Amino acid sequence: MELINKSALELRDLLDKREVSSREIVEAYLERIEAVEPKVNSFVTLTKEQALKDADKADKMIKDKTATSLTGIPIAIKDNLCTYHVKTTCCSKIIKDFLPPYDATVITKIKEAGMPILGKTNMDEFAMGSSTETSIFGPSKNPWDLERVPGGSSGGSAAAVAAMEAPLALGSDTGGSIRQPAALTGIVGIKPTYGLVSRYGLIAFASSLDQIGPFAKNVSDAAALLTLLAGHDRRDSTSLPLEKVDYLQNLGQDIKGLRVGVPVEFFAEGIDPEVESNVKNSIKALEEFGAEIIEISLPHSEYALAAYYLVATAEASSNLARFDGVRYGHRSKEDRDSVTMFKHTRAEGFGPEVKRRIILGTYALSSGFYDAYYLKALKTRTLIKQDFDEAFKKVDVLITPTTPSPAFKFGEKNKDPLAMYLSDIFTTTANLAGIPAMSLPAGLTSEGLPVGVQIFAPALKEDIMLNTAYALEKAIGSIGFPALEV
Amino acid sequence: MPLEDYTIVIGLEVHAELMTETKLFCGCSTSFGSEANSQVCPVCLGLPGTLPVLNEKAVEYAVKAGLALNSDISLLSKFDRKNYFYPDLPKAYQVSQYDLPICLGGHVDFIVNGEKKVIGITRVHLEEEAGKSVHSGATITDSEFSLEDYNRCGIPLIEIVSEPDLRSPEEARIYLETLRNILRYAGVSDCKMEEGSLRCDANISLMPKGATKFGTRTEIKNMNSFRSVQRALEYEAKRHAELLDRGEKIIQETRTWDEASGVTEAMRSKEEAHDYRYFPEPDLVPIVLTNEFVNDLKDNLPEMPVAKYHRYITEYGLPEYDADLITANKDMADYFEEVIKHYKDAKVVANWLMGEFMRLVNEQEVDITEVKVKPKHLAEMFALQDKGVISSKIAKTVFEEMFNTGKDPATIVKEKGLVQITDASEIEKIVEEVIKTNPDPVAEYLSGKEKVLGFLVGQVMKLSRGKANPQMANEFLKKALDQLK
Repeated sequence: MELINKSALELRDLLDKREVSSREIVEAYLERIEAVEPKVNSFVTLTKEQALKDADKADKMIKDKTATSLTGIPIAIKDNLCTYHVKTTCCSKIIKDFLPPYDATVITKIKEAGMPILGKTNMDEFAMGSSTETSIFGPSKNPWDLERVPGGSSGGSAAAVAAMEAPLALGSDTGGSIRQPAALTGIVGIKPTYGLVSRYGLIAFASSLDQIGPFAKNVSDAAALLTLLAGHDRRDSTSLPLEKVDYLQNLGQDIKGLRVGVPVEFFAEGIDPEVESNVKNSIKALEEFGAEIIEISLPHSEYALAAYYLVATAEASSNLARFDGVRYGHRSKEDRDSVTMFKHTRAEGFGPEVKRRIILGTYALSSGFYDAYYLKALKTRTLIKQDFDEAFKKVDVLITPTTPSPAFKFGEKNKDPLAMYLSDIFTTTANLAGIPAMSLPAGLTSEGLPVGVQIFAPALKEDIMLNTAYALEKAIGSIGFPALEV
Repeated sequence: MPLEDYTIVIGLEVHAELMTETKLFCGCSTSFGSEANSQVCPVCLGLPGTLPVLNEKAVEYAVKAGLALNSDISLLSKFDRKNYFYPDLPKAYQVSQYDLPICLGGHVDFIVNGEKKVIGITRVHLEEEAGKSVHSGATITDSEFSLEDYNRCGIPLIEIVSEPDLRSPEEARIYLETLRNILRYAGVSDCKMEEGSLRCDANISLMPKGATKFGTRTEIKNMNSFRSVQRALEYEAKRHAELLDRGEKIIQETRTWDEASGVTEAMRSKEEAHDYRYFPEPDLVPIVLTNEFVNDLKDNLPEMPVAKYHRYITEYGLPEYDADLITANKDMADYFEEVIKHYKDAKVVANWLMGEFMRLVNEQEVDITEVKVKPKHLAEMFALQDKGVISSKIAKTVFEEMFNTGKDPATIVKEKGLVQITDASEIEKIVEEVIKTNPDPVAEYLSGKEKVLGFLVGQVMKLSRGKANPQMANEFLKKALDQLK
């Protein structure tokens, strides 16, 4: 029985039937990790022993009939989510030994559900990047082609699921950091509505844009994990006070009559022809299921990337100011007075991309420039939101490519920040508007690289988004898994 | 030209800690004087990933402060981040309010040299307190290292910004004292300057009398008492005048007051001023208040000093002077009102509080709230006086004992044998003794120098160890002496 090939819900079913134990599942994944990790480098910290202990606990929960929908299913966690007494580094030198004295709210939920944590996954430093190339631990590799990036910033989590090192993983998405790597590694990734999942314990990049979300092999698994993560948290003032929804329940409903919008701006020049053809096939598939395809316009989309890089860097410049060497993390030996200590600590502790964004954000907020940059970006953000409000009067969901191209090669874009930023061109709008969006596999290119298709839905309409994705997944069929030679 | 020929323009920025049980954005205690870093948690330490959750009580107190200062309460306000690096600021930004503060406008009224002053309030906003740096040396520059105590970090503060309406250092001090009084009356801050729960920065400029354009201002920090606010401003006004007289320019800068040497020293210039890069705090949602919430607080706002002052005059018939003195301190006013629940002659109570009571409070440097004398016991002491059980002179002895021990007056009178002698035969006996032992003053009296009577009464009181009823002593002595004529 090849456990690692199975979906989370299939494994859950086997657990319920007592055909397998959580310990056996965890052992199978640990074995797989040991085998492929030298090639893929998905993890930065492994928590094997704890995972086995948690598996035993999960087995007891199943035996005692106190199990819930994901009890016993292991998971990998992005390294910007605080885990009690397990290193949480953001893949940065500045907090490379940080041991949080608390769990993020999502981690508490995962632990309470009896999900063994396999380890912490690689990412771009402080989630700033689209390739994991800015990680101090070195990049993760795309399991479909080890010479290519897995995307980022949650590249480690995506690579882990794609390489079958974990059935599920958590990521965070500020401008596409879940959807872009999901697209590039051929798996499912969801960025929920802003406020659906508590951010407590997520080390902030840009507070008004960040959301935690799931990675999974298929839509159902992702829906099950989102169901667990969602919910109001009094420790996060921006979390929405909502009734719990079971996102699995709505899957499989007929999409006949569903109005699917195709925004013209997302099919403009610069898009890879194979990406375009795969996404168009997805649209056609939805049409065949009886969905109504409507061409629409999101006229302010062309300003989204600029607005995003101002809002995100401005907030980041403030969020990352706390890493000053005073209380925790790296402190420079040049610490004869506080200002010297701040300067040297930060100069030594942050990598070049993080510094670039802190400087950009500081500039955007500086007196004399605030109105021209930050304030203008906020106004643009409002216009982008209004674009979506208008669009969703006419359609139920929107469908676009997730990225303009499939996975690129290492070193291809990391010398040119602007080229790297452009890989977020289709994803940032959802964060600016606060609406849910997800990526799922649309097919493979002739070179055998995955292509992602993105679905947007109105705020809190995750159920409609997931049902659309479920239908699409059925139509497209599985793209399979990378043939990683072990 | 002399300082008198300049108009001094002063505005104050006052920070007051709100007396909530817990901090502004977490559940840590706000109590003062605990072991360093014993009242901290991941949130107020700004550990990565933590988020603030607003303390509703702090909002309530800020609104109460605004109402007490006659401000308009904003039904929509928001928090902003004020970014700067300092070791006592764990997030490297302070959560404050920038363009939408919780209270706008308002005024503080008081009387200075018999003249009524109305000082405008620009705004009141809510923010979080920073931690405290403890330097190993006497000053930061000659310290080998500094330690940080984050107990204070995250305590809610209000900043009250005044209009530049103050016209003298004395006025500035009185404004600050009045403000403290109002905040204490409103029950939102204990305003202890010595514990740092009330702090003040001042902006000052000079312009020739009659001019309308303000001069260049300087900002003064580090004034740690009401007296030092006045002293620092007096120094700074003189410094400005001297510079202007010499035809020199005032440099716009921040200066720090050195209490020991009594001078202000340049700290940083306008060019060196921080760019705080304020922007909306994305981790918090805007504060939205309802009219019901505000009106409810307004209806339940405690009586303010000015209202109390007028009530004391009309309801209790106190002279303006007494009413002013007693209402100038909320604890005093509270004490006064407790006493008059049990004793109706308000003037007697006021006299005693302004006299003996304050004398002992000042002498022993105790807080009024810590005085051992129960208001009811003080009322009982007045009753004993009225009944003639003790004289007013004995009352002082009894009160001092009450002040030191907290015992009730009847017990003290009994224990110390301080009951007044009202037995006529006993007093007559003492009078006889005094006449016998003081032949010279008696002779003087008989020769018409009636002034010596006072001395002889004193001798009677002395011989009775103060216990003789003074009226009886006086009356009996006079009668006995007149018989000798």
